[in-house]
Amino acid sequence: MDVTLRQGIADPEGATIERALPALGFSGVSNVKAGKSFRMTIDADSADAALVKATSLAERLLSNPVIEDASARLGEVVPP
Amino acid sequence: MNRVGVVVFPGSNCEYDAAAAIDALGASAKLVWHSETDLSDYDGIILPGGFAHGDYLRPGALARFSPVMEAVTRFANDGGPVLGICNGFQVLTEAGLLPGALQKNIGLTFLCQPTTLVVTSTSSVLTSSATIGQELVIPINHFSGSYTCDDATYKALSDNDQIVLRYKENPNGSRGDIAGVANERGNVVGLMPHPERAMSTLLGSADGRVLLESFVAAHVAA
Repeated sequence: MDVTLRQGIADPEGATIERALPALGFSGVSNVKAGKSFRMTIDADSADAALVKATSLAERLLSNPVIEDASARLGEVVPP
Repeated sequence: MNRVGVVVFPGSNCEYDAAAAIDALGASAKLVWHSETDLSDYDGIILPGGFAHGDYLRPGALARFSPVMEAVTRFANDGGPVLGICNGFQVLTEAGLLPGALQKNIGLTFLCQPTTLVVTSTSSVLTSSATIGQELVIPINHFSGSYTCDDATYKALSDNDQIVLRYKENPNGSRGDIAGVANERGNVVGLMPHPERAMSTLLGSADGRVLLESFVAAHVAA
């Protein structure tokens, strides 16, 4: 799951990282956005069900919908 | 108000200061562990500062799921006076009892300093004894105190007189210099500054007294 700040919400971490990049010789980098990434193992009857559960918990706990967007994607799917 | 419950989460650290401030104003404060589910003994509830549940994930994100929060929500919905100070304010926004959210300070600096606040509404349990335009020197002590909300929420806060305190000079990037907001009824209030640390001129300022006096004087709304 990825949690990122919603469009239009100030991102002081991203801005600070962006300002530091030229000092290290990385030019031409803009729109730096900082966020959080979560990985977990989910037991479910199907990959779709796991994704639904992951999306739900990302939206209800991992993110604050007032300021953040959450998204989920499947990594490795292990059959029973 | 006689009995004030001060909720203690694992990681709270301002509960004794808050309780001492309430006791100094003639009410009786009692610490309430976060597993408590019955708040019927109390006339008012304070969520104090600190780092509830380590502030993991986001400040207040996990505290919102502490058993006591269901009782706090019922208490608030019944019109009971609820005050969130600093981390307590963050918990109240995460729990949906107050609008908006608290973000990392602009500049990513932990701020620990006196600030001058301006009272901008007296229709809340925290500011009823103050006067509009009154300036109060009260310390802040936070990393995530930048108040954020969308345009519609900001308009509603302004229209309903819910912005109770603003910083005279914005220290953290808060939208509209907001230091504290109330819910629509005015019985739930959150602020980032610490009025319980401004109780005596000997310790720098006594300007927090008028706020906590208002709170102690508050009654359960009809």
